[in-house]
Order: sequence, then C-alpha cells, then structure tokens
Amino acid sequence: METNPFIWPFTIGLLFISCFLIIIIGIWISGLSHIDKIRIAHSIFTRKSLLAIRETFMESLLHRKIFRKNLVLGYMHMSLAFGWFLLIVVGHIEAWNHYRSLSVPAYKAIFFRYFVTSPGTTLSEKTLAACVDLLLVFILSGVMLAYFKRLNSRVFGIKKTTKLKAGDRIALTALWLIFPLRFLAESVSAGIHHNGSIVSQPTGQILASLLPVHTLEMPLWWAYSIALTLFFVALPVSRYMHIPVEVVLIFLRNYGIRVKKRIDGYSRIQVYSCSRCGICLDSCQMTHAKIKDTQSVYVLKHIRNKNLTDEKLFNCLLCGRCQSDCPVGLSLNDLRITQRIESTKEYNSSYEYLRNGPVEVSPQTEVIYFAGCMTHLTPAIIKSMKEIFAVARVKYWFMDEDKTSCCGRPLMQVGQYEAAKKLIEHNRERILASKAKKLVVSCPICYKVFNEDYALPGITVQHHSEYLLELMANKRLPVNKMPLHVVYHDPCELGRGSGIYHQPRLLLDEYAEVIPVKNEKETALCCGGSLANIKIQMNERNQIRDEALKEYLSYQPDMLATACPLCKKTFAKSNKLPVHDIAEIVYMAIQEKQNLQKTEYKKEMKTEFWK
Amino acid sequence: MKDFGYTVIKQRTIDYDLFDGRLLNEVLELEPSFKVCLSCGGCTATCSTNDLVSFNVRRMNLLLRRGETVELESEIKKCMLCGKCMLVCPRGINIRNVIMLIKKSIPKYKTVTL
Repeated sequence: METNPFIWPFTIGLLFISCFLIIIIGIWISGLSHIDKIRIAHSIFTRKSLLAIRETFMESLLHRKIFRKNLVLGYMHMSLAFGWFLLIVVGHIEAWNHYRSLSVPAYKAIFFRYFVTSPGTTLSEKTLAACVDLLLVFILSGVMLAYFKRLNSRVFGIKKTTKLKAGDRIALTALWLIFPLRFLAESVSAGIHHNGSIVSQPTGQILASLLPVHTLEMPLWWAYSIALTLFFVALPVSRYMHIPVEVVLIFLRNYGIRVKKRIDGYSRIQVYSCSRCGICLDSCQMTHAKIKDTQSVYVLKHIRNKNLTDEKLFNCLLCGRCQSDCPVGLSLNDLRITQRIESTKEYNSSYEYLRNGPVEVSPQTEVIYFAGCMTHLTPAIIKSMKEIFAVARVKYWFMDEDKTSCCGRPLMQVGQYEAAKKLIEHNRERILASKAKKLVVSCPICYKVFNEDYALPGITVQHHSEYLLELMANKRLPVNKMPLHVVYHDPCELGRGSGIYHQPRLLLDEYAEVIPVKNEKETALCCGGSLANIKIQMNERNQIRDEALKEYLSYQPDMLATACPLCKKTFAKSNKLPVHDIAEIVYMAIQEKQNLQKTEYKKEMKTEFWK
Repeated sequence: MKDFGYTVIKQRTIDYDLFDGRLLNEVLELEPSFKVCLSCGGCTATCSTNDLVSFNVRRMNLLLRRGETVELESEIKKCMLCGKCMLVCPRGINIRNVIMLIKKSIPKYKTVTL
C-alpha cells in the first residue's frame, strides 16, 4: 500500500489521544463506588444503554438543548459536531467501498483524496464523493459562524463568554484550521488529478488557474495532518475534553449514577464534561451585583486546575438557575456542595446540648407543624397558619414553637454535612416519637432537607402550600377569590430544588388572580437572600433583589406572593411592593369572607329585630 | 506591670503585651463588614442556639477581639448556622461567614500560646 510521511503526525496524534482517553476514563470509572460499578454492570445490557445512545445522538451531535437556547448557536454546534461525525463515517464508507476491504487504516479514509487520484467511476463512488464534499461545506458553514461568533457573540444569544487558556487557544486554532485546510488540500489535489467532486472540482480548477498547485499540494496535506495532530495533543488540556467525556457522562447518568457527597470518579467526569460554553454566565444573577468570577463554569475550571479558593466556592446562592440552563445537564449545585464538603471537612462542631426530652403529643394529633428558623422571623406566617389550623379544625403539634434545633439544611448548604447529620438525628427522633403521620413545613429550606435527608418512614412531608391545597380540596377551608392581582415568586428551594411549581399556583388561583411572568418556574429568579452564599455582602444581595423586583413590578401587581419566609423577608425590605406568604393570603381571604358573613348576619338580625 | 497598689485578680487581667490578634486580623481582612459591629446584641436575642443553651454571638465578638482563641473554639462549636442573626443584624454583617472563617482558621492559631 502506498503511503506518505505526512500521515505520521496524524497517526501518532490519534494513537496518543486514544490511549490517553482509555487510561483516564478507566481511572475515573475505577474510582466509582462499589455500588455504582454494580449499577453499571446491571444496566449495560438493558434499555438504558439504548436511551443513552439516543441522548448522545440528540445532545452531543445534534445539540438539541442549544438549539432551544438559540437557533444560530445550535446550528453552529450541530454543523461542527454532527457534520464532523458524518464526515468521518461517510469518509470511512468511501474508503471501504474503494478498497473493497473493511481493514483500511484510518489515514486512508482521512486523506482519501490524496491517495486515490483517479476520479470515481461507479455510481456509489460518485455519490459518496459528493456526500463528503457537501458535508465539508456544511462543516465549513459552522466554522464561518464560529469565526463570526468571536467578533459578535450577541447574534448567538450569548452576552458573556469565558476567557480562554493557552491549551484552549491551541485546540481552538487547530479546530478552526482543520476543515479549511482539508478543503484546500482536496481542491488543490482535484485541480491536479481531476479527482474532485461537485464542490472541490470547480474550486480546484479555479485554484489551478491562479496558483502553482503542484508546489502547494504537499504543504497543504502536511498542514492538514499537523492541524489534526495539534487538536488531538491539545485536547487533554483544553475545554474540548468535553467532547469525549460527555458521552461517558450521558451513559453513566442513564445508568442511574449521581453526584455523591464526596469527590469520586463521577464528579471528575462531570467536571471534565463542562464545555465552558458560558451559557451559565448569562443565567447567573450574581452578575447583577457585579460578581463575575464565581459562576459554575469558573468553579469547574478551577476544580480542574486545582486552584479553587473558598472565596469563589462559597460565593454562590445555589439558586440552580445555571443547572436548569446547562446544555450538558451537569449537576452544578451538587458538584459545588461536594467541593464545599471537601473544603470544610476539618471544621469542628458539637451539639451535645441537644437533649431529647419526652415528646408529649396527644394521640389524636393529625399534623406536626414545623415553622423553621426563618419563619420565626416572619411571625405573620405563623399566625396565619395557626388561624388556618383552627378554621380547618386540625389537631396539630407545633414542633418548633419554642426551643427547637435548626433543620440542618443551612449547614448542608455550606458543606457541613457531618454537623447537619447530628441535628437531623435529633429532630428525626422527636418527629418519630410524636407518632403523627404528616409533617407540614412552612420553609422550603427545611422542606427540602426533611424530604431528602430525613428518613421518615410512613410520614408525609408537605410544604404548607401543598397542605393548604389539600385542605381546600377536601373542603375544610372556605374559598373566597379576592379581587387581587398577584405575582407568584417561586422560591429556589421549593421550585427548582423540590419541583413544586403547580401546587402554590393552584392554591393561589382560588384566592386571587395570578399573573404569569417571564421568568417563572424552572427559570424563576432568586430573591438574593439565599443562605447558601456566605460570602456575598448585604448591598450585593440588595442589588440582586432589586433586579428581580424590577421584573415583577413591570406587571404592576397588587402584591407579590411567595411561599418562603426568607424570600418574603428579603423582598419586604425593599418597601417597593407588599409581599405576602401564600398562607397569609389564604388567611386574609378567609378572614374577609368571615367578616362579610358576620356583617350580613348582623344585618339580618337587625331587620329581624325591627320587624 | 507597674504596681499602683490595687488588687489585681490574675484571671481577669488582659495583658495587651500578650494579645494574640492574628485570628481577628485574618477574619477582619476576609470579612470587612465585621468591623462595623456595634455590639447591639440583636444577633444573640434572636439566636436559635441561644434558645437551647447558653450561647452568645456578641460574646464571640468579644472573645475574638480579645484573642481568647481557646475559649472561642469551644463556644463556636455550638452554632447551628441557621442565619437568623444575619437577618436581624442592623449593620448587615455577614455573621455566618465570620463563624465559618473562625472555624476554618482556629486550628492554625489555638495550639500556639504566646
């Protein structure tokens, strides 16, 4: 078989990257926990693998999620990824078809036009050659868009983008050069040997009439081979590592593997799957407070480069907006919490003062009510809940009316997982000792931890918005629609954190008019008060809050409704709009109805009397 | 120390020559908002931990500013980090960060006694 020295850089590069990927992915997978390895073994020959292949096709090649974000950006990614993939596949089919063998070395397919100088004669050869030409043009259109994106990223729906490192620059330059060089090399060869197809042949003839193509042919093929090698060699130190690693991530995620409370192989795979596209920068509200270096993309980069500081790690509200926007679907909040656990491992805490006294609860108790620390700072919510319990005639035990420990979630958010466990154990024993079957919580922060980290068999945990909706559905609460226009603010921990979007809206709909807003549900804004951020200053919190309020105020609502005492407290401080918890609004409506009934009754009595 | 003829109880003496301000300086550098604390005690009044056991956020401040690192460590362990103090603080001090910074740096300074 004929060959040429220019194939060597490419072959060595390909060999290097293949070995590197096999070794590194092998290390990561061996770093998974024993249970996760069993999970893989049990799932590999099931439908899950097919689902993973489908997801790989939809996300890694077609880039469906980026298409949803912006059409031009989606097209750019699709043309590069899907086009390149097809070019490799069709190129190989073309080589197999020509040599009538399946054991053709990769370089024969990649540099096909150099080695096969005779034009295709059969129909299959002609069709395949035309396909390769068209695919190359398809990819080149993506490359052109990529050049243009560097000049004007706003057309692509991206306001901010990440800074590039040296490795990224080398890989990016190589990627930008690969396809134009291939096109030029093929065209020049076509100009000499007339072996081109629908696009490369005319281009080749034009080039042949203008340039000395015989002297240009070899340098161009060399340059193409070197550009490919450069890309392969720079890949491990660049952001383009996400291309191979993302596929592994999709498979493992489909097998049911999740980020743990400690750093393991899977969290490394997640970190390397970040493409640094910068979409998370646009969704992050920290930028409203001019904090521009603590976003998920930077934190993942610092984890990769092992230079993450506490100042950056803890300067995040954990609102989860970046996570719901991430085109790769990374578990950004969990990854950050894992890093926080790692960073605060040595911190000491001791809760020996927590003593489990006897829990005296009457056996008829239906419901345990846990208000939460934050709710104690918004007494109107507690008052409303007490009144609602009385109206609905619910027998309840107010668990944290006096002298109760925190739920543990604020500790968890800053990585103090071991410390939180002690509080959880203490509260858990008290809840179980009460023998009630339902736990109603007023604070979404507590709700999330009760739901996810407390093992409470046989006990239903409900946020008060869910519970009130249930009471109303069972006709235990009177309904009264007030003529009020209300914007509902989704608390992060209740919405994105626990997936409760509809219940508060259904409940509110019965008592007031809910106005839909632009950023709600999955894309809801954060109030800026989050306990997860321990570094942010009060004035910065206020800036984030004011930006969120600006959007809500544009709908001119009568009041802002929320379901979280911390959100309420944060928004209420601005004094721009009345803010009420959902429980307060329900109680307000009930009270209005009761007052109305009383006046009517009095009127009736008066008329009766004068008769 | 100059003897002025007063009774001096050794345990209650603060000797500024032996003052260890390293932890304080580190905390103030990383959380400058702590400088504006006016010791109003709002944090202590609302504290969830204080409800259960004798725990005084304002006293943390005092211990830190006096450099009494050993006692500070045993006290600060009790904090549940619920964040109520931060919400009631009239100066908007990031109290949770102060607690976390103390927890982080205390092992560095407590072993060395001047």
